Amino acid sequence: MAPISIDAAALLTSVQSIVPEIIVVATAIFVLLLDLAISEEKKHLLCGMGLLGIGVALFSVYALGQGRIEGFSGMIVHDGMGAFFDVVILSACALTFLMATGYSEWEGTHKGEFYSLILLSTSGMMFMAKGTDLMTVFLGLETLSIPIYVLVGFHRNRMSSLEGALKYFLLGAFASGFLLYGIALIYAVTGTTKIPVLATMLYDPRILASPLFLAGTGLLLVGFAFKVSLVPFHMWTPDAYEGAPTVVTAFMSAAVKAAAFAALIRVLLVALPGMQPVLWKVLWGLAVLTMTVGNLSALVQNNVKRLLAYSSIAHAGYILVGLVSGDVLGGQASLFYLLVYAFMNMGAFGVVMLIAQKEDEGYDIANLAGIGFKYPALGALLTLFLISLGGIPPTAGFVGKFYLFSAAVKNGYIWLAVIGVLNSAASIYYYLRMVVYMYMVTPDVEVAVPRPPRILFSMALCASAVVVVVLGIIPRSVLEIAERSVLSLLM
Amino acid sequence: MMDPSAYLLLSGILFGIGVAGVVVRKNVLIILMSVEIMLNAVNVAFIAVGSHLGDVTGSVFAFMVMTVAAAEAAVGLAILIAIFRLKETIDITELSVLKW
Amino acid sequence: MVDGILNYLWLVPALPLLGVIVNSVIALFVERPLLLAEEDHGAPSHGPSTRGTSAPMGEGHGASHAAPAYRKLVAFVGPAVVGASFVVSLLAVLALAARPAHDRLFVQVLFPWIQAGTFFAPAAFQLDPLSSVMILVVTGVGFLIHVYSVGYMSHEKAFARYFIYLNLFTFAMLLLVLGSNFLLMFVGWEGVGLCSYLLIGYWYEKKSAADAGKKAFIVNRVGDFGFLVAVFLIFWTFGTVEYTEVFGKIPGLAASGVLTTGIATAITLLLFVGAVGKSAQIPLYVWLPDAMEGPTPVSALIHAATMVTAGVYMVARTNALYLLAPTSMAVVAVVGAATALFSATIGITQNDIKRVLAYSTVSQLGYMFLACGVGAFTAGIFHLMTHAFFKALLFLGSGSVIHALSGEQDMRKMGSLRKHLPITFTTMFIATLAISGIPGLSGFFSKDEILWKSFSSGHGHVGLWLVGTAAAGITAFYMFRLVFLTFFGDSRMEPEVEKHVHESPYSMTVPLMLLAVLSVAGGWIGIPHVLGGYNYFEEWLAPVFAHGAEGAAHGGAHASAALEVLLMAGSVGVALCGIGLAWYLYRVRTEVPKEIADRVPGLYDLVLNKYYVDEIYDVAIVRKIVNGSIWLWEAFDTAFLDGIVNGIAALVKGAGERTRRLQTGVVGNYAFSLLLGAVILVGFLLWS
Repeated sequence: MAPISIDAAALLTSVQSIVPEIIVVATAIFVLLLDLAISEEKKHLLCGMGLLGIGVALFSVYALGQGRIEGFSGMIVHDGMGAFFDVVILSACALTFLMATGYSEWEGTHKGEFYSLILLSTSGMMFMAKGTDLMTVFLGLETLSIPIYVLVGFHRNRMSSLEGALKYFLLGAFASGFLLYGIALIYAVTGTTKIPVLATMLYDPRILASPLFLAGTGLLLVGFAFKVSLVPFHMWTPDAYEGAPTVVTAFMSAAVKAAAFAALIRVLLVALPGMQPVLWKVLWGLAVLTMTVGNLSALVQNNVKRLLAYSSIAHAGYILVGLVSGDVLGGQASLFYLLVYAFMNMGAFGVVMLIAQKEDEGYDIANLAGIGFKYPALGALLTLFLISLGGIPPTAGFVGKFYLFSAAVKNGYIWLAVIGVLNSAASIYYYLRMVVYMYMVTPDVEVAVPRPPRILFSMALCASAVVVVVLGIIPRSVLEIAERSVLSLLM
Repeated sequence: MMDPSAYLLLSGILFGIGVAGVVVRKNVLIILMSVEIMLNAVNVAFIAVGSHLGDVTGSVFAFMVMTVAAAEAAVGLAILIAIFRLKETIDITELSVLKW
Repeated sequence: MVDGILNYLWLVPALPLLGVIVNSVIALFVERPLLLAEEDHGAPSHGPSTRGTSAPMGEGHGASHAAPAYRKLVAFVGPAVVGASFVVSLLAVLALAARPAHDRLFVQVLFPWIQAGTFFAPAAFQLDPLSSVMILVVTGVGFLIHVYSVGYMSHEKAFARYFIYLNLFTFAMLLLVLGSNFLLMFVGWEGVGLCSYLLIGYWYEKKSAADAGKKAFIVNRVGDFGFLVAVFLIFWTFGTVEYTEVFGKIPGLAASGVLTTGIATAITLLLFVGAVGKSAQIPLYVWLPDAMEGPTPVSALIHAATMVTAGVYMVARTNALYLLAPTSMAVVAVVGAATALFSATIGITQNDIKRVLAYSTVSQLGYMFLACGVGAFTAGIFHLMTHAFFKALLFLGSGSVIHALSGEQDMRKMGSLRKHLPITFTTMFIATLAISGIPGLSGFFSKDEILWKSFSSGHGHVGLWLVGTAAAGITAFYMFRLVFLTFFGDSRMEPEVEKHVHESPYSMTVPLMLLAVLSVAGGWIGIPHVLGGYNYFEEWLAPVFAHGAEGAAHGGAHASAALEVLLMAGSVGVALCGIGLAWYLYRVRTEVPKEIADRVPGLYDLVLNKYYVDEIYDVAIVRKIVNGSIWLWEAFDTAFLDGIVNGIAALVKGAGERTRRLQTGVVGNYAFSLLLGAVILVGFLLWS
């Protein structure tokens, strides 16, 4: 037999397109090996190594430049959108590591596996965001999910942690089944799983009308909706978020959502624009349901982590609003909001981490009493993040919501915007409830003493705060980047 | 190649059984098994279609799914063991500390 | 090159604004901490003495606390910026005068301010003969009053705050008179109203002062409403609010029938409502006497020389519109004349020296409106200018008296002060002569022109002339009453006060002297033909009032020189009668006034209590509004609206509780919900 020829140029390009991911995976392996070598006291080095790796990966994203680099015969692409999401996901990962410097010490997650798993999950997210073949998307999804299942259950001595992990795992596998079946059906009808090819296939009206195809799309959406925690596929979210070690919760809320939305956006805008006239109703219903249920449930929560989990669900609803119209304007708004959301949510979780003394009971909202005046910096930071989450100017959260809803209005979905705004208004209640507890409620016993801060931890919080404030005042440049990213999808 | 509709029908039935298992059963191990049934149903579908179209993608996908299923099973069982060590039960109705 | 100076017109309002900023910085970072620290140590923050109402007494006259260094800076910056503004104004006006007469209009656009659809209002200043007179008066008299204030307010603790407000007022007033469109004028209008409130209530810890400030602001607001509606109408009719454009369009629109007499009347009447509020005419004059609660220099600047004249300026500016609406002009003239007489009668009985001057101001403002109402706009502005001189002098002089008497303001407790306060006496006497219309002094020329025009103009009427002349006589009477009671006769001062009586420092007396000179000579630029002079003033203002001059000249069938001189003599005679009566009652037979008062106690009380106008307003209007507000608050707001809001909140919370219970904690249920969602989703896709 003739030797199999290797197309060297294509191989090189392929490797180039996944350079950031390679770096992240390499760091993960390196951290794992390093863990064997160093002693107990020096475990924090692992964290530093991880940060270094992320830094290099971020630099590589920047170095790869603006162009479109396709790899592995169309299975993965590093384009504007890929780069954007790489940055978002890596930033979330970096923030997680910064926060883990303190958290690991207090809650005992200073293990090589911990950091390695986070990094592996990150690489999975990046693959998912850049995948142009449904197979890559699926693999990325699983690569990101499996480490997270472990991470959620990392506190093996706490029932809530393990239970959260179990529920997430079972439901995650369940949803993956749906996703896969959807892909299978689509494959059955169109004969391909490549996203750009799907787009061309959809010009054929027989395919659009085929029940198998429609069912396949529906199941595909179910799979994505699960990951993004849209209602009624969201039920794992509150339990998993509440049970997981808080630093993992923060990571999940920001990064997983970003990656899943990236894939969803790619599928919706590239593969399925032809289906928009039908799909928008589905997306509309999902968005409204998600926003409403998320906000309503959050109103009556007393556990801060659970509250933020429901708020996270509601935010997924807001982001989906931008995708209902299926055009660049909405996509741009969704991208911008995902970036902003990552920072403000992680910031909020970060401050909450500092205040809580221990898992589970420490996260009761009553523990916030009196913090505002006794530890003004913490109070101010948390207030800033909560205000941004609530969408009050001049924060980035407001700008994001503004663009989301105005995109909806510009495309004629007035009622959607109205419901969105009403929900936003209702959400302010539970965000400000926390602020009220901080400043206006006197504690029964002592005011909870927050953990002593680590420099890196504080850096993470400050960075988040700066992003929230700056993007609230000068969002123009980031919005343009988001717009270019979405446009690069459609080229 | 054979008409894949029979295989797709089989795949559908298997999938349905798997889904029903996940929803109805209380034993975590059984739920896990049901999930595996679902994933294998998908595999059947992939292979059937891939074979019908003469495209290798279907088979490759099946490989991927099997690999992922294995990894998931490993992780899931590990979590289950951890839970059992802590609480000595694998009945999901008892494993509901987190609610409301 | 001379013309190039006009490009610095913007400095005229900008310099006082600079003063505001500098003084604010000083007040915020130096004075306020100082005052707060002293308060903590138990020292009184400031306060008028319990006796007088508007005297700046701290711990007592002549208190020996060393003035902190920052005061010197404020005392320099405050007056200096206004002085510099005056210099620039003077140069600008000279530059304007260098131009030929038909070319005396300069507009400097700073930036396009508001642009919404077809509505465009630039931030621009307009310098023409009318605004040039105004800026000279505002900055010139303003500068003298700023200098005076340095001495008068030297005992006050909140020294910087005073100058912030005073500079801010100057800035706003200059915006008002320099603005090239109605909107900018309105901004200045509101600004001076605000500063008036801030300055009247300068001693805000005194309830009467705070109340007076509130009253001024609220009554002004009533007038401002009319102004604003008028501006809307102007925009609606003309499509613009720029003066040059509006007035330029008048002939065209009047000919084409768009600008009917009805619309013109509506616009001008509404504008006049604004003027009535700002310039204290009937029925919105009630705030001005109460405004005497403020420091005396404030009364001089705002409530005599400048702010209250804004209404007159506004009417004069829009004279082209008024001439299209004879009904409005009649209203203006009648209101002006009536106010002049009405207010003068109240002045006869008042015992507070500042109140007399307040009612005198209201009365003189009536004259200005009378002039405008009969088409003699030049005369109105002329009187505005001369009144600024002698009324400011009178107020500052009274301030000097009050300062000398450690806060005493009741004339019944004064007397024989001409020996103790020679400069004050001389200057005030000159001012009194001026206001009474004694020939040769400024007041004579301006008042006489008004009276003559009210008789002879096409819009005039002999009835108006009669009322005006009567008021002139009464004016002379009560002004000389004031002089006699204060400066002549035996001392009726309390012994404690008498011990400390002294003439005021130079910072206070020099402005008095300068104003006295102006009170004498200020009228010499407007000597009428009939007396052999040349009316430079009328010529200067001619381009602005071109139509007015025609109008005034048109009806003058009676306009013969002899008649003019005759009427002139008549008004002088009436003034002399007033003076003579005052001499008789307050120098010769000083017991007579009391006998008269006892003979007609009802009438006396009526006049003394200002005809109970304030009380009538309170019962008829204020109480009703207050009761309505209380009802709205209790019944509507608390019960109804709050009920709705709280009800919705409870509803939402209930929904939240319901939703929360969906999360059972059992994985199977979660999976079921997922399945359900999937089925619905796919089903929907398949069936649509």
